[in-house]
Amino acid sequence: MNAAPASGPHSGPDSGPDSGPNSDPNSDPGSDPDSGGLSVERAQLALGGQPILRDVSLHVAQGEFVALLGPSGCGKTTLMRVIAGIQSADSGRVRIGGRDVTAAHPARRNVAMVFQSYALYPHLTVAQNIAVPLTMTRLNGWQRMPVLGGMMPGSRAARAAIQADVARTAGPLGLSHLLDRKPGQLSGGQRQRVALARAVIRAPGAFLMDEPLSNLDAALRVTTRREIVEVHRRVGAATLYVTHDQSEALTMADRIAVMQAGEILQIATPEVIYRDPVNLDVASFIGSPRINLLEAMAGESGEVRAAGQPTPLRTPARGPVTLAVRPEDWVLDPDGLPARVEHAEFLGDHMLVHLRIAGAPVILRAEAGLRVTVGETLHLGFAPERALLFGADGRRVAAEIREPARA
Amino acid sequence: MEAAPKRRRGEAVGAWLLTLPAVISFTVLLLLPTLAAVAMAFTDFELGVWPPAWIGLENFSELLADRGFRQSFANTVIYVGLVAPVSVGLGLAFALLIEAGTRGRAFFRAVFFLPVVSLTVAMASAWQYLLHPTIGPLNSLLRSLGIAGPAWLSSSDTVLVSLAAIGVWENAGFNMVLFMAGLTAIPRELREAASVDGARSAWSRFRLVTWPLLGPTTLFVVTITLIRSIRVFDTVAVLTRGGPNRASETLLYTMYTEGFTFLRLGYSAAITLVFLAIVLLLMLLQTRVLDKRVHYG
Repeated sequence: MNAAPASGPHSGPDSGPDSGPNSDPNSDPGSDPDSGGLSVERAQLALGGQPILRDVSLHVAQGEFVALLGPSGCGKTTLMRVIAGIQSADSGRVRIGGRDVTAAHPARRNVAMVFQSYALYPHLTVAQNIAVPLTMTRLNGWQRMPVLGGMMPGSRAARAAIQADVARTAGPLGLSHLLDRKPGQLSGGQRQRVALARAVIRAPGAFLMDEPLSNLDAALRVTTRREIVEVHRRVGAATLYVTHDQSEALTMADRIAVMQAGEILQIATPEVIYRDPVNLDVASFIGSPRINLLEAMAGESGEVRAAGQPTPLRTPARGPVTLAVRPEDWVLDPDGLPARVEHAEFLGDHMLVHLRIAGAPVILRAEAGLRVTVGETLHLGFAPERALLFGADGRRVAAEIREPARA
Repeated sequence: MEAAPKRRRGEAVGAWLLTLPAVISFTVLLLLPTLAAVAMAFTDFELGVWPPAWIGLENFSELLADRGFRQSFANTVIYVGLVAPVSVGLGLAFALLIEAGTRGRAFFRAVFFLPVVSLTVAMASAWQYLLHPTIGPLNSLLRSLGIAGPAWLSSSDTVLVSLAAIGVWENAGFNMVLFMAGLTAIPRELREAASVDGARSAWSRFRLVTWPLLGPTTLFVVTITLIRSIRVFDTVAVLTRGGPNRASETLLYTMYTEGFTFLRLGYSAAITLVFLAIVLLLMLLQTRVLDKRVHYG
């Protein structure tokens, strides 16, 4: 592999990628680490010699919803545990609400967390579960005593206030009629809402969610997504939402942080992540069906040829590059790349056609009315302003349009 | 159509045949001896005197009047009252400490479990040496501190406490292992959730999560410890023979001397029944009262 010479990595055509791996949190839009919210600065962690977090920095502004997206095992849950204080990092700082909490006990960080398994206390009723964060902070040890506690001074009033808060929190989540049940008597969706209620009952400085929807069935997942976004709006806390499901990240988040192998590759709005990924990993991780990748070659003057054919693109890079085209960005074009149809899937409002261009599998998202037969050869062009080019090292290189696109 | 009932009968016969070994061994090894002991308790059966006579409740009225038996009963209650709470508490403490630690877990687990796998009768001689009034290390340690140590096993004031200490040493490790098994069944995430939810101290996390979820284990440990400590026999038999002056005689030891020293098997069987009644009462207490207050998964 010979590295692309020229002028190194370039930003995409429209704007620049929002922020790269080691970017300063201050450069994130609408953020100032001192104003509140949640920020992680240069967190590093290795367990058993294996690096889990590599210099991770992240800022979530007050009221912002950031999805931490990555494949399983990429360190996203570990990062969340470091923020919550359940795990400590080897180096780096954590700030919540403008306060440095790096050394603080989880209980003193004012974070709320929804665990993947919900982690409800199985021996307590729904009402008691939701009340735990309040009883822990508002009652002292004597007042929490099982029988004696009721007789302690001030206990009665404090308990009544907690009960009122529990009712206020449980109502909007549809838990009012379940308050006396034990978690074991609830369905998965109900448990999930109890965990949510327990997290939001005190106004947390930061709100952490670890794949809260992964244990729900597909139909419930979609409705619960909206519920979570609504809860987030109501609470207004800096929210970090860990998921490996890109559709959750794309639909719910204000910004997405894409993480891989312990590194944050890119933090940006869903649209920028989708349209303007910084590298090949982000591009192929986001989008379903996956983005189509074609081996291409940048010639002497930067003109890009793919599958032996000229394309309307030019790049400052030289040598082998990767051309990436989203399935919906292909157009039928008699001058385009020859592609053999292998399989077609009808999906109601659209269809997916699986083809091969010079041996490489590609997918075309087409109108449902398109008639294709297996074995036939189509000619595919693409919208050049939407095509992406990546250098041999996987980093994004600029793609300029050589000639106007033909529709 | 007629084949169906026939086949069902054949199945029933097959089922009985399959359970037969268990039924026979249960009857021969458990049911009959127990019934024999119950029957014997109402006779004046003595080894060498034949035939035994049916004497009804006479054995039991004798028990009530027998000062030796009353002393042995009281000794047993005191012994259990010392051993059960202390060994359950220590077992829980050891388990929590070992769970919380990161280094030497296997080592400490083995050290505390050693008394369970070692032979009590053999270890008793070690204890005899440790507690010896003149050459024992314990008393020489006390002497170096300027305290005159008592004759641990031969003074009627301290003998029960000494035996109870050995009982705690025997039981705590066993309880620890049971508690450790219970602790591993508690999801780690619950304790993490508790600290995120504001349980700052280890004590408040223990109160919120560990103790309630350990309920079934604790119930089992308490019951098994009560039954194990009521059955105390080997240390008494080896170290004190119930002495001095019956100060350390326990139920099982009385039963043994009545039955195998004085050969009064009928009387001994009556003591066995009393013992059995206590154990059954404890089991009833467990299932009826405590079970309702414990949360199961």
